[in-house]
Amino acid sequence: MANVFDIVVCAGLVPDPLQTLEPVTGPSGPGLKNEMVLPAVLDPWAASALYEAANLAQKNPGSKVWLVSLGPKAKLQQVMMTVAQKVNFQLVPIDGPIGGFPDAHATAAVLADAINALPGLDRAKCLLFGGWESATRGAGVTLQLIGERLGITDQFQGVDQIEFRDDGSFEVLERVEGGKHQVSVCAGTPAVLGWATGNLAEPRNNPQVGMANMRTIMPALQKAKAAKLEPNGLSYVSVALPKQQRTTRVVKDLSPDEIAAELVAWIGAE
Amino acid sequence: MEAILVLTHADETGSALTRASLEAVTAGKELAARLSASLTIGILAADPTAAAAILSSTGARLLAVSGESFAQARYASDAAAVEALCRAAQATIVLAPGSSRLTRVAAGVAHRLGGFIDTHITALGGAEAIEATRWFYRQRVEAVLSRNTRPWFLLLDAGTHAAFAAEPAAATVEQVSVELPALRTTVSGFRAPAQDAQTIRPDAKILLVAGAGWTKKQPDGQIHAAEAGELILGFLKATGASLGSSKSLVDQGGDGVPVLPFLTHMNQIGQTGATPRHAKGLSTCCHGEEPHVVGWRFIGDRRAISLDPNCGWTRGKADVVYIADAFPVLNKVNALLNSAKA
Repeated sequence: MANVFDIVVCAGLVPDPLQTLEPVTGPSGPGLKNEMVLPAVLDPWAASALYEAANLAQKNPGSKVWLVSLGPKAKLQQVMMTVAQKVNFQLVPIDGPIGGFPDAHATAAVLADAINALPGLDRAKCLLFGGWESATRGAGVTLQLIGERLGITDQFQGVDQIEFRDDGSFEVLERVEGGKHQVSVCAGTPAVLGWATGNLAEPRNNPQVGMANMRTIMPALQKAKAAKLEPNGLSYVSVALPKQQRTTRVVKDLSPDEIAAELVAWIGAE
Repeated sequence: MEAILVLTHADETGSALTRASLEAVTAGKELAARLSASLTIGILAADPTAAAAILSSTGARLLAVSGESFAQARYASDAAAVEALCRAAQATIVLAPGSSRLTRVAAGVAHRLGGFIDTHITALGGAEAIEATRWFYRQRVEAVLSRNTRPWFLLLDAGTHAAFAAEPAAATVEQVSVELPALRTTVSGFRAPAQDAQTIRPDAKILLVAGAGWTKKQPDGQIHAAEAGELILGFLKATGASLGSSKSLVDQGGDGVPVLPFLTHMNQIGQTGATPRHAKGLSTCCHGEEPHVVGWRFIGDRRAISLDPNCGWTRGKADVVYIADAFPVLNKVNALLNSAKA
């Protein structure tokens, strides 16, 4: 029997990793200098979750993928121009602050409210996807909090693979310590899955997919509701760049034998 | 006054505490002493006897949730267990190791208790209030934060505290009963490469990172991926090093088969991968730009072999950079290491 899923992917925006980041403190707390003009991308692990969701939906006709994302409208629009060309989804944008310093509990509350309000979402068939951590806050708690708010108590983190069976149950591989996967079998949906990298490569851009997506993305962005994130008692004592500059010795004129001898001595040194 | 609960859990044996749990115990003892706070330790294990004996000398109140249902790391049962431990302890501060087991459930439990959570804590300081240090933006920005809401859950990164050690002694443990929800998930075991093929070794002293340069065309105009694989595995065998990789190298290959067959996405270091802790790190054929280097935050002594004298490593990100071809260098290194062993 075919499975049909309602897959909700939660994904944030992050600065392009090649950008230089400089923290600044403003009246509303810490942020990044020129945050709004830094090029942004979809959070890498959440992007893996989106590609896995689209792949699962494609294999199971009748399934649907929503992408719920919190960020400034202008930034969401910029990132969606690229992401929309990858896979089919329906965007659920929420107009709110960007960045890693807001409280994860507040983010989770806003996202959970948006998911609860999704028209046509069948909670019994729901798979809540996202990255197991973000590349901004990296807390790795937002999905669990959303799951609790939605009453989903089968949760998996660091997921690299799921395999559905005909009876609706699925096997899931979660990353655990020591380069291993924990293998579990869940009776079926609903479930929360925080993805690591998964096994899929990034899909190629497909202009037809992009055009189909943009027909719904632009109206959704125009209607995006503004969200305010509560601090929940969180305050920052300091936010700073680490003192990371090392005095690098650049060795240009040694032969492979000499380099090898130096490296072997270094490896053996306590 | 704060009441501190340290959550601990058993390893795969079901009875011995994990190293990360013992590190959390050290952090809890230090924090309790500094704040003159009460200390409770919660144990999650199939059989808590051995763990309790080790923790006896802490002088802390010991609580345990035990039984076969808790031998498996699973959200529904672990969340119920941790919730029961927290309610029994009436803690305002909950410290826990940032292990896969407790990371999976701690946020959910914090929500159930009306509390809040912060993770990846690397240090606990502050004179009067508790101030927690953690990294943001994949180890690129460091912040110290505080909360005035309770209960406050703090998950500690592994390797940030010494592991608690003591001789086993008789201990009094209070068993905490748990009302389990319907369990829909069964853990069937673990999947890992064969012992001699496992390239991820968290306890290794040295990390070897392989970049995409290993599979680029060499001076003879050919790609030598097989030779690259032999050199890398030879180094791992000779040194016991752990293997990391850049995403670009793992992603190479076709039909999901990597060009170096022993590499998986779990080897990835950096923006889309792990941030391991090793005393030394050697980067090979990797350009050392920011997405890679953010995974090196906790690598002590860093060296790199690169053909590019302007690569990222030369800009203050490594201690020593050898401008050389990694193929002959690693070949010689392996030969020297093997001859020394022989």
